[in-house]
Amino acid sequence: MKEIFSGNEAIARGAFEAGVKVATAYPGTPSTEILENILHYKEIDSSWAPNEKVALEVGIGASFGGGRALVAMKHVGVNVAADPLFTLSYTGVNGGLVLITADDPEMHSSQNEQDNRNYAKFAKVPMLEPSDSQECKDFTLLAFELSERFDTPVMLRTTTRISHSKSIVTLGTPVTGLHAPKLVKNAAKFVMLPGNARVRHPLVEERTKKLSEFGSTFEINRMELRSNDLGIITSGVAYQYVREVLPDASTLKLGMVHPLPFGLIKEFAAKVKQLFVVEELDPFIEEQIKAAGIPIIGKAILPICGELTPGILRKAFRLPEPAQMESARLPGRPPNMCPGCPHRGVFYALNQLKAYVTGDIGCYTLGFMPPLSAMDTCICMGASIGNATGVVKVVSEEERKKVVAVIGDSTFLHTGIGGLIDMVYNNAPATLMILDNRITAMTGRQDNPASGFTLMDEPSHRIDIPQLCRVLGVRNVRTIDPYDLEATKRTLEEEMNRPEPSVIVTDRPCVLVKREGVFEKGPVLTVFEEKCTGCRACLKIGCPAIAWKPTDGKKGRAYIDYQLCTGCDVCRQLCKAEAIGRKK
Amino acid sequence: MSGTVTNILLVGVGGQGILLASEILSETFMLAGFDVKKSEIHGMSQRGGSVVSHVRYGKEVFSPIIPEGEGDILFGFELLETCRSLPLLKKGASVIANDLCIPPPAVLSGQEEYPQGLAEKITGQFPDFTLVDGLKVATEAGNPRAANTVLLGAVSRRIDIPEKYWIEALGKMVPPKTFEVNKKAFLDGRNL
Repeated sequence: MKEIFSGNEAIARGAFEAGVKVATAYPGTPSTEILENILHYKEIDSSWAPNEKVALEVGIGASFGGGRALVAMKHVGVNVAADPLFTLSYTGVNGGLVLITADDPEMHSSQNEQDNRNYAKFAKVPMLEPSDSQECKDFTLLAFELSERFDTPVMLRTTTRISHSKSIVTLGTPVTGLHAPKLVKNAAKFVMLPGNARVRHPLVEERTKKLSEFGSTFEINRMELRSNDLGIITSGVAYQYVREVLPDASTLKLGMVHPLPFGLIKEFAAKVKQLFVVEELDPFIEEQIKAAGIPIIGKAILPICGELTPGILRKAFRLPEPAQMESARLPGRPPNMCPGCPHRGVFYALNQLKAYVTGDIGCYTLGFMPPLSAMDTCICMGASIGNATGVVKVVSEEERKKVVAVIGDSTFLHTGIGGLIDMVYNNAPATLMILDNRITAMTGRQDNPASGFTLMDEPSHRIDIPQLCRVLGVRNVRTIDPYDLEATKRTLEEEMNRPEPSVIVTDRPCVLVKREGVFEKGPVLTVFEEKCTGCRACLKIGCPAIAWKPTDGKKGRAYIDYQLCTGCDVCRQLCKAEAIGRKK
Repeated sequence: MSGTVTNILLVGVGGQGILLASEILSETFMLAGFDVKKSEIHGMSQRGGSVVSHVRYGKEVFSPIIPEGEGDILFGFELLETCRSLPLLKKGASVIANDLCIPPPAVLSGQEEYPQGLAEKITGQFPDFTLVDGLKVATEAGNPRAANTVLLGAVSRRIDIPEKYWIEALGKMVPPKTFEVNKKAFLDGRNL
């Protein structure tokens, strides 16, 4: 049977066919749909973890208990999970463990474009890299076999173009004969105290050597001989671009990018006159091949930054390019907060108060964009709080009143709590705003520990965020309705002036939450034409439901698209002419 | 390889139903026995931003994205986005676009104007241009929500795949309750 699957759907199918017992992840583009699809295979216990470190630790537990475990995350998520990963490399596994890292070259939805192949080498674990959806499924199965055979976690790396591209997949049947999970005590292997770890490390080095030798005969490292003039070593989506643009070149397609199969690489190098490596981002393969004494050309003609495309390859190899029209200058269409988004009023107030906003990762990062223009930093998940603490430590007393950290509910629970503990412990007089919209919105509305439901849609304890902050020792915790502009601004001003830590929690759900009884539309608003003075105050919040209509010879006036308006009422509060009201 | 692979771009604004349309196209090609790949970016671009989906089919397809300047067919859901993607097409490509303008933020706020004369501009560069009032045809077919299916029907005329595969794919991809309405909308678009 054949299906058209995205890379993520294919990995989910692979997990099912591999007999995975436990799958867990923290959502992050482009990896999110892996768990959302694994969810359909009821044989697998699938869950959202509060962060990637916890996800991997749950996966490790499942593996040690004897079940196969799959853990998925975006590239920067591996930074969070790196601590357990490096030691898991030493312990090895019981049931197979596969860690999916979904990298994002070109940063379509990320804050950096780190190349996580480096993690495989750094943590000394094998890494597979599929080139299409069929390989995503097949390699997931192979990764589990490899994990158990070589007693190692295995990383499977995709990139956005693999995760989100669809191609045809032939389905298989689930494997049989896996051992039933059972408690096994083995302290020498699983308790990584120095004495035990010193014994394990040489085994890791030995394993890498064996895997490299194995790689030369591993069927997914494939030599495809065509012309003997030009040989190209490549992997992942770059392989597809090579086949597209240089159909006559010989290729060595690496399905396993760490450790490299040096035997096979030497054999391939001897068969071609000119040897190139085509890889996205870092010269990961190139540097290792050069270090092995084999001359090869890569980044001398290809960029390190951004995604590759067929066009970039054509230029690099000096192939004729089709005549292309010049792009006309057209108004851009950047992403925007939704109509009725509860974050909009918050950023309007922060802008009005000229706050210095340390930001975080989520939809609210769009608060950076004009006309709201109210975000000054954005580093990584949870960074806003520590950043605010650091800023208030160095600036003057007058300036420290301007410092506000802004973070979402999911990001706060991910890695923000530690920052707040530090803020309280070290008595940093900054203000923290937790934008609680009861969902992980940016990645497409995933549940989290503050939404009250699990990935499998089962009701669960809903964390009381204001109460949690009080327990951590914040004396000033206030909850506000972010649709109330006056109260939002006033509360912010009071807390910004307070010379001790304080937290403001906004209590309005994301407008996209589909669960019944969470988000409810208010009465739709309209602009009363005769009252509108054309002052443009309502345009300052950048709501997609409000448009400016120029009128001939006059000033022009605002207009509300009733199909887009959710009735949040924020624009009405901005209109001094009282020209905005309920649609009759 | 472009001689043996057909390249279709679907462009518009997040939320317009571009992903479903590109899935129906891909399904049709698979049912007709071709290799097929499709690629798009989701994530941040969902928030009302521009959306571009690439669909490629042929005997064997390698790259999931259409090489620059090799687009054969442009399927536009909105006029400004249709114009934005023209440079990705090859000379003599077919353009089928929905007669719809969705103003971007800078136009909404009155800082810029929605460009005028877009349809004339497209015709000037691509004589094989079909402008379809998807909403009007779909309303006449009995459901204004089937506008995308009308457009898909219009696009299907430029693609050499028997009608039965289109209908089969449609049946697989749209909710069963809406199949008859969608089938009629598709055929109306195909016979425009």
